[in-house]
Amino acid sequence: MSWFTRKERGIQTPTEMKREAPDGLWYQCPSCKHVMHSREHKLNAYTCVKCNYHEKIGSEAYFSVLFDEAEYTELDADMISGDPLEFEDTKKYPDRIRDTVKKTGLKDAVRTAYGKMDDIDIVVSCMDFNFIGGSMGSVVGEKIARGIDHALQNRKPFLMISRSGGARMMEAGYSLMQMAKTSAKLALLSEAKLPYISLLTDPTTGGVTASYAMLGDFNIAEPGALIGFAGPRVIRETIGKDLPKGFQSAEFVLEHGFLDFIVDRKDLKDKLASLLRMLQ
Amino acid sequence: MPTTYLDFEKPVADLESKLIELKKLAETTQVDVSEAVARLEDSIIQLRQDTAQNLTRWQRVQLSRHPDRPYTLDYIELMCEEFIELHGDRTVRDDPAMVGGFCNMDGQTVMVIGQQKGRNTKQRQQRNFGMANPEGYRKALRLMLLAQKFNKPIVTLIDTPGAFPGLEAEERGQGEAIARNLKEMFMLKVPVVCVVIGEGASGGALGIAIGDRVLMLENTWYSVISPENCSTILWRSWNFKEQAAEAMKITAKDMQMARLVDGIVEEPLGGAHLDHKTMAETLKKTILGHIKELQQLTPEERINQRIDKFCAMGVFSE
Repeated sequence: MSWFTRKERGIQTPTEMKREAPDGLWYQCPSCKHVMHSREHKLNAYTCVKCNYHEKIGSEAYFSVLFDEAEYTELDADMISGDPLEFEDTKKYPDRIRDTVKKTGLKDAVRTAYGKMDDIDIVVSCMDFNFIGGSMGSVVGEKIARGIDHALQNRKPFLMISRSGGARMMEAGYSLMQMAKTSAKLALLSEAKLPYISLLTDPTTGGVTASYAMLGDFNIAEPGALIGFAGPRVIRETIGKDLPKGFQSAEFVLEHGFLDFIVDRKDLKDKLASLLRMLQ
Repeated sequence: MPTTYLDFEKPVADLESKLIELKKLAETTQVDVSEAVARLEDSIIQLRQDTAQNLTRWQRVQLSRHPDRPYTLDYIELMCEEFIELHGDRTVRDDPAMVGGFCNMDGQTVMVIGQQKGRNTKQRQQRNFGMANPEGYRKALRLMLLAQKFNKPIVTLIDTPGAFPGLEAEERGQGEAIARNLKEMFMLKVPVVCVVIGEGASGGALGIAIGDRVLMLENTWYSVISPENCSTILWRSWNFKEQAAEAMKITAKDMQMARLVDGIVEEPLGGAHLDHKTMAETLKKTILGHIKELQQLTPEERINQRIDKFCAMGVFSE
């Protein structure tokens, strides 16, 4: 028998008396369900204080983590996608772009900025997975290419943060050629002996893996990130078997020799700064 | 006679079997049917021309996969007086899905590299359906650097449904292998001519397709994904492959209009599969012409033009 019995059923508080908790004050880790203060989560570089789960953050958050005082200058902020093929699947491509811009507040799946990271000048291009799966179309290719140009002209190191499902099918052939374009620019960066760091985050697959993401002087990744050329579903269907546990994880890719190291996001800035200082 | 007729070649197939019957009849009965034969032959040509003019994008995809179509080694045999095949990536193994070696083309030594498909079930398995593993791309790069060392032009023949999406391919770094090729090919000091001779699917094709000239045979396709896989992802069903082919605009004509490739090589009437010899002759002439042109430039000029060409690809506004 309970100590108290409810006399009246249902919620009695009138709507106007209801008090909302401020939005985004609390963050619940999707992995371990631990609840923490949003500020605490942010100070922890958007990783869980309990289980170290790395939240899939976008360009804005990475810029705030990496640039000193979160100060940076964005390049080509207004570049927007065209529709060269007049592409239509279940939706017209320009409509899809417009809806995504409205939903995300982003112009496309990558943003480029330069600024100081622990007092070192650096150019950073960072992908946004929210924008059509971080897919690579003409804007992504061109913005990365220009980011590299900026690094070349000003003799700065270049950091690429990848988070992408791969190519953007709505730009078909154009999308494919962005792999070529970015690789061409990276070849020039390499000739100029400027450092290129490629950070692979969860997930990095397809044409992005098969071009700029794997071309770093230093290929590094966040813990647990899915990294591969073909997606796990495609491989499973090809070989007709279940994939081993941990297959295509950052740890697996490190073990097979395609990454230099895995870095915790909390240590990212310090570690990159130390590395770049050694090269100066 | 082709071994296989595609669905849209059915009317032609009917006429051709009629022609055979007529010729047989002539043999057995000694009746003069030469006039009828000539008429029938004319209408076959007419019908082939009409078909060729009205091909849909999907039908060109079907032609690009025609089982009788010449493959890389067929072209090498028909175009070259001599061929010394070179094997292995010097690290893991030899990938039979990617072949290459030095050959002699009208007195010019050329490094030819390409994906290789199989003609029968056993060969298809051995060649992994033309889907190379990382070691295939690394072998290709090794051979390209070898060509550069001895200052010989490079020709790549592209014919792949994609880089192999397998377990070992991932372990051995399929993405890294392709990426490295893209970057290294931009810096090759020798002329590079690339030709899509069948299917040009995605990164698996691009991995050997960074060239001073990138050409496509008339009935081939080249894009970021196959129409079937595009259909599966965007329409969530295999059944929209025709629409996907249309929407992605993947034929030689489309790619040239978009200035994503530099030229189209004409195929014999009805497709390359009907006349390997003529196709190979045309291709050889085209390739040698381009090599001669490219040899007029300095290595620096070629590299700069190659980089500028690919960097101009893309459509956006700001």
